[in-house]
Amino acid sequence: MTWLLNNGELIGQLVVAHLLISLPPIILSFVISVPIGWVANRYRWSRGTLLTVLGLLYAIPSLPLFIILPLVLGTGLRDSINLVVALTLYGIALMVRTTADGLASVDPGIRQSATAVGFSERSQFFRVDLPLAGPVLLAGIRVVAVSTISLTTVGAVIGVDSLGALFTDGFQRGIAAEILTGIVLTIIIALSVDGLLVLLGRVLMPWVAVNSGRVARRELRRARGPVTA
Amino acid sequence: MNLFVQGILWVLNPAHYGGVDGIDTRVGQHLLISLGVLVVASIIAIPLGYVIGHTGRGRSLAIGASGAIRALPTLGLLIIIALIVNVGLLAPFIALVVLAIPSILAGAYSGFEAVDRRAIDAARAVGMTEFQIVGRVEIPLGLPLLIGGLRTASLQVIATATLADYVGGGGLGHFIFAGVKTNDYPQMLAGSIIVILLAILSEVLFSSVQRLVIPAGVTAGRPQDVRVKSPRSRTALG
Repeated sequence: MTWLLNNGELIGQLVVAHLLISLPPIILSFVISVPIGWVANRYRWSRGTLLTVLGLLYAIPSLPLFIILPLVLGTGLRDSINLVVALTLYGIALMVRTTADGLASVDPGIRQSATAVGFSERSQFFRVDLPLAGPVLLAGIRVVAVSTISLTTVGAVIGVDSLGALFTDGFQRGIAAEILTGIVLTIIIALSVDGLLVLLGRVLMPWVAVNSGRVARRELRRARGPVTA
Repeated sequence: MNLFVQGILWVLNPAHYGGVDGIDTRVGQHLLISLGVLVVASIIAIPLGYVIGHTGRGRSLAIGASGAIRALPTLGLLIIIALIVNVGLLAPFIALVVLAIPSILAGAYSGFEAVDRRAIDAARAVGMTEFQIVGRVEIPLGLPLLIGGLRTASLQVIATATLADYVGGGGLGHFIFAGVKTNDYPQMLAGSIIVILLAILSEVLFSSVQRLVIPAGVTAGRPQDVRVKSPRSRTALG
């Protein structure tokens, strides 16, 4: 506890550093994955190739990737850009499949109706397909967010500052409170961002909560049999 | 890219084989740790997953626990355990088991859930006992998804076992940490390349096993890719 009180400033700096590394990959992987996922879903031939390549990308362990990326990018080993790029790549690997699955889950009847009432291909994507795939995309980006925030700590072993620095420093100096602080703060940040995404989902897709509530109630009634007064 | 060539040459250099820090020794340690972790995690997670899958109870608890573990930074867990039980193999072993359980658990129960309800009803109708239903219907039909869970777990464990050497647990992380300490980039790259090769090898191995275990007769309806979505996805180091 005393450690915590004496090191407020350091902790604050590391929280900021952690957010600066982990937030861009979450946003970037979403923005980049939507068009790629659209291609994977729209052109069947590209689906297998894209998903195989991304599956391979996903199989590359993170610490080795942190070490190899500086060679490709021409950055220094301890540059936080390497982490941002690596985490974005993992996010994309996960989100493209989710996006393709989400878009594929849109009822073909609805898509035909949209075409019938005169939506252009572009406005159909933004006003029909994307909103209807929304819940699946939200589930995907939540997974990306939480694992990205947790994975950011690994950079500490090669000297990139984040909350992970509390682990390595606490280990060298034998301060359990420091390590625990790092673990708890990482979890708090992960859960807060996750909560914000859920909230964002409610704001952007108000119909989802209402609908699922109604469906849930209907299912419940059916299970119990007709309600008699 | 010149450095990359140096990294490959480092791997191929015969002077780096044999002895305590030889590549062969370290690869052996890495594989042994990973295998041990997978065995222990399976012993815990498979029966538990089967119970959840067969009874349908505790599923939301399992999902919640998997989500919570996803947020838990493995590096922090490993280090805090190392501080308690001392440096060595035990701390990384425990942390890796915790990491591997959610994927295997999800593979086990989702495998049971994916079984066509009519197949189970039919089994019950022809007079199979609950144990026979589990052993002769649910387990064989759920096997591809279980292997998918093991595949994800194996990838995570091989990747994250690289962190074991940070607390003196051995394995391929040695080359990375020794390289970082002495600014020996080729050595770091060599360690990284070998870990990546092991991870890809694990993927190839499990995807072929996954194809092999699909029972004859259900090949027609086999899913395109029966890998379980990783509950905590990229774990550390993964």
